[in-house]
Amino acid sequence: MSEFIIFSLLNTLIYGLLLFMLSSGLTLIFGLMNVLNFAHASFYMLGAYFAYQVSLKVGFIPALFLAPLGVAVVGMLVERYGLRRVHAHGHVAELLFTFGLFFLLDELVVLIWGRNPVDYQIPAFLDFPLFTLFNSDFSAYRGFMLVVSIAMFISMYLVINRTRIGLIIQASLTHAEMVNVLGHNVPSVFMYVFGAGAGLAGLAGVIGGNYLVTEPGMAQALGPIVFVVIVVGGMGSLTGAFVSSLLLAGLQTFAVGMEFSLADLFMKFGVNVQSDGIIGDILRIQIANTRAMLPFLFMIIMLIFRPKGLLGVREE
Amino acid sequence: MKTRTMFQAVALILAILFLAAPAMAEDVIKIAFIDPLTGPFANVGDMGLKHFVFSADKINAAGGVLGGKKFEIVPLDSKVSPKESLIQLQRAIDEGIQYVIQGNGSAVTGALVEAIEKHNVRYPDQQVVLFNHAAVTPSFTEEKCSFWHFRFDAHVDMKVLAIVDYLTSRPDIKKVYLINQDYVFGHSISAAARKYLAEKRPDIEIVGDSFHPVGKVKDFSPYVTKIQSSGAQALITGNWGNDMTLLIKAGTSAGLDLEYLTFYAGGLGGPTAIGMAGIGKVYQITEWNNALCVQYDNKVDEKRYLDFKEKYGEDLFYSKSEVLMDMLAASMNKAGSADPKAVAYAMEGMEMDTYYGKAIMRAQDHQLLQPLFVSRLVKQGEGFAKYDMENTGMGWETVKKIDSENTATPSPCDMKRP
Amino acid sequence: MMENNTMENPKLSVGQVSQSQSMLPYFVKTGGLFLAAVFVAAILPKIFDSRFALSMFNQMGIAIIFALSYNMLLGQGGLLSFGHAVFYGLGGFGAVHVMGMVNNGDLALWTEFLPLAGGLFSMLLGFIFGFISTRRAATPFALITMGIGELLLASSLLLPTFFGGEEGISGDRMTGITLTSFKFAQSIEVYYLILFWMFVCVIAMYLLTKTPLGQMANAVRDNHQRAQFIGYDPHKVRTFQFTLAAFFAGIAGGLFALNYEMVTAENLGMVPSADILMMTVIGGITYFFGPILGAIFITFLQMVVSNVTHAWMLYFGLLFIGMVVWAPDGLAGLIMRHQPIWKANRMKRILPAYGLALAPALLLFLGVIILVEINFHISLSIDPEAPLSIMGISFRAQSFPPWAMGFTLVGVGYFLFRKAGRKVSRAWNTVMAEIKQEGV
Repeated sequence: MSEFIIFSLLNTLIYGLLLFMLSSGLTLIFGLMNVLNFAHASFYMLGAYFAYQVSLKVGFIPALFLAPLGVAVVGMLVERYGLRRVHAHGHVAELLFTFGLFFLLDELVVLIWGRNPVDYQIPAFLDFPLFTLFNSDFSAYRGFMLVVSIAMFISMYLVINRTRIGLIIQASLTHAEMVNVLGHNVPSVFMYVFGAGAGLAGLAGVIGGNYLVTEPGMAQALGPIVFVVIVVGGMGSLTGAFVSSLLLAGLQTFAVGMEFSLADLFMKFGVNVQSDGIIGDILRIQIANTRAMLPFLFMIIMLIFRPKGLLGVREE
Repeated sequence: MKTRTMFQAVALILAILFLAAPAMAEDVIKIAFIDPLTGPFANVGDMGLKHFVFSADKINAAGGVLGGKKFEIVPLDSKVSPKESLIQLQRAIDEGIQYVIQGNGSAVTGALVEAIEKHNVRYPDQQVVLFNHAAVTPSFTEEKCSFWHFRFDAHVDMKVLAIVDYLTSRPDIKKVYLINQDYVFGHSISAAARKYLAEKRPDIEIVGDSFHPVGKVKDFSPYVTKIQSSGAQALITGNWGNDMTLLIKAGTSAGLDLEYLTFYAGGLGGPTAIGMAGIGKVYQITEWNNALCVQYDNKVDEKRYLDFKEKYGEDLFYSKSEVLMDMLAASMNKAGSADPKAVAYAMEGMEMDTYYGKAIMRAQDHQLLQPLFVSRLVKQGEGFAKYDMENTGMGWETVKKIDSENTATPSPCDMKRP
Repeated sequence: MMENNTMENPKLSVGQVSQSQSMLPYFVKTGGLFLAAVFVAAILPKIFDSRFALSMFNQMGIAIIFALSYNMLLGQGGLLSFGHAVFYGLGGFGAVHVMGMVNNGDLALWTEFLPLAGGLFSMLLGFIFGFISTRRAATPFALITMGIGELLLASSLLLPTFFGGEEGISGDRMTGITLTSFKFAQSIEVYYLILFWMFVCVIAMYLLTKTPLGQMANAVRDNHQRAQFIGYDPHKVRTFQFTLAAFFAGIAGGLFALNYEMVTAENLGMVPSADILMMTVIGGITYFFGPILGAIFITFLQMVVSNVTHAWMLYFGLLFIGMVVWAPDGLAGLIMRHQPIWKANRMKRILPAYGLALAPALLLFLGVIILVEINFHISLSIDPEAPLSIMGISFRAQSFPPWAMGFTLVGVGYFLFRKAGRKVSRAWNTVMAEIKQEGV
């Protein structure tokens, strides 16, 4: 049992931090620009593909820096020449724009890299077991992922709370007009923040792409869950995103171990339920099988009862 | 200027109208290939299409069928949607096509079989036959069997039976873990594995039987933890696509020391995504692999493999496409016509020599029986693995051959013939 | 937030007529247009009589109802839903289960009314989900609908009794119990049934926009606080609007069940939800007839263009983004923008400018198509070495000339189009200025 708990905690940490990396950019963008960027997971995908392409030429370590940078540039271009244009048409138009962008980026990736997964592998120098616990290896790459994501969280925290740039961003979050009046160029702040957010997603792509699989469906697979993270954490709250990433990862990880259903519960009390039809279906569902649904259920409940999320500051 | 978009729309329509230029030929037998050609599963459909075009070309080059008629494969996009494929079926019938090849998505196959059954009754002069090359739900040749449906792939129970057959030659394996996708397909694998293991290897303990959501799991580590602590020596999974590669990647990264007995590790980027860590651990069950031609020294097959690779730059993977096309040609020649009903009758019970054994189209349920091979991922150059897969430097080593007769499972099918 | 500045556009209410105008000619005009539409729809299958065309018309009819019902949320209620297909799918499942009951003899219902059963089933669930999700509009609403969509899709595989697992539930529409003499063996009979329900639903949804509820939905969309001050509970208004939208989506789903004789869980997933969103937006959400245009146009694009080129999703994405950026009012907006000019009889003043812009637009588009098709052919077609054929001209995609041609066309086309575009806007501005001077 202790083995299960320790490993589940480790798994939670790694998956949770990956989720956080993905969602931190999204929550920042939302907090600042009030735009729910539907194409955010596409930037994650771009990051993985860029990293694959760069690492073919110059190796993994340069890719770790170059790929997120490339994605950030793409993000800035999207903001400057796309989002800013539709901004005048209101928030629905912005949402629709990012929604269309999501489809378009998917298709472009397919057009350039094809439909099969690309051969983006964990670099050889990180491909060894770091330590062994209860006969199970903990790979060095997973340790590397931990280090990168924690480093990112800390540096982001410092930038936002300890630097002038962070001050402007924080001020723009709440008082955009005032910041503008004070002489800061809010549109260009938007552009850089959007680029930075995209770059963070790109970084998640770089380290997640080879840990998982780099293929055209990867954006679609992670898109919805990222929304769940920022809604539960509170839109615009970085710490909230951090907490909820770990929470959701834990929820999904620990659910795997729970292979019992309502019918089993009734059995415990000596009631043997033998029912067919939809009731029988419901009774037979094991908690482990609801793994894919739990986050969404969580999100809906959150939106209904506490729409500002766990640590959110603003009511929608 | 906002009116710009309107021009663009007009221009688009005009351009599209110009793009369409269908060609018609007299002595051509058209076969619709209804599989995903756009969208997330297009790689699967594309690969199938290449194989069928390749096999049709081969028959055409050798003189065609019925004294010189040529096959033409007409690709139609199913988008793995039952609705879209029904529309494509209508399109095919419009074009006078009476043969349909399809394989991806049991939902699509089910919808097509039902639609074709209804259609063939309502329009007896435009009947259609379906050749299923990959949908493995047993019921299509069992309770729901249809005269108008022929299956050229081994179904779930047959594949599991073959895997269990292999396990009979591995007395060292005592603990097996079942992990599958949480829908009908995955559940039927689990059920079949329990049944056949109890019959043939009652000493094996099933230490786990997990189901996970289809295509929703990103990190399989929690499952790997569970498998690890169960002490399993082998794992049986029918996972396909990312669910398969992610499972194996998570397992190898945690140093999970067991053997992965899979349905679909062999193609479509599988070996690429699994990588070198899978060597010696990953098994697949197929009707063919690219080491067989070396092992049995079959030059004809080797040439076919190399030709395919030269033409498409990819590895031949589906040998059943050739079995299907050859059997169709033979049935037409036997029936002496291209009438679907006559061809279907001619195909029933047909036997054909393939490269490595007999293929029999069982008349009772229209299920093809063909030799199946369990093979293991090895380093290229080891044993018979002269050729690799997807340029990964990894090839296959056949560890078990199961002859056609031994792949058969009994079928409750009670075929109604017109 | 979002709901306050969603639509600054005041011209929203559908078919609005100015007070000075008499209502009579307006109704004659609308009625005449409607009758003409009925007539055209009735003879369409006689003109295009292939099975494929009929399948397409059936799909278009279903899509029209579905898109209009979606616009009850987005256009009229300001509610951006990412999960409207939930009710389309549930309506389909409801109808197909009722169909099964009729076939089993458990229930007697005319086949013609099966879609209504689907609609009622969706309406019931629409009320529950609507009550939950419409407390707030804007982003929370969008996310709740997305969540409900994902939730139902995930549960569809866990509840095989109702959703039929992967293969869905199939039925036989020839129940033998019909009101008319139709047996529904043939698609053409289904076509006329779809047509009937389509017109009924179009009229019903149109009239709904005239009811106090429809008007209140607009008010809540534009400013929910003001609506609240005058005594209307926005949550209540949205819930009713949502419930009714679910009802019509359910009818569309029921027609789907009749047309295809099976329903699978894909019907309630993200794909149809996204499709209907795109259809409605491309058609135009600010006018009642916008979604109708969108449904017809996009269904055509999806079914016909996808058979011509496998790059259709790319074109579709480009079109959608283009519309969002340059024509946020959609096709309907583009058309209606010409209304004042049309009324002032000045169309001929701007047509020459349009004509001038058409040629470079064509060049530009041809260039884009050549480039996309070449790229697509090289990286994704099954045999890149085979010649590629565009407009009857075959060539090797790897050779230099088509690339040069593509880039030249795009460059020249873009340059000339910019020039012509300025001409168009000049002509436009002049005409509009004239109309303003005379008109008011």
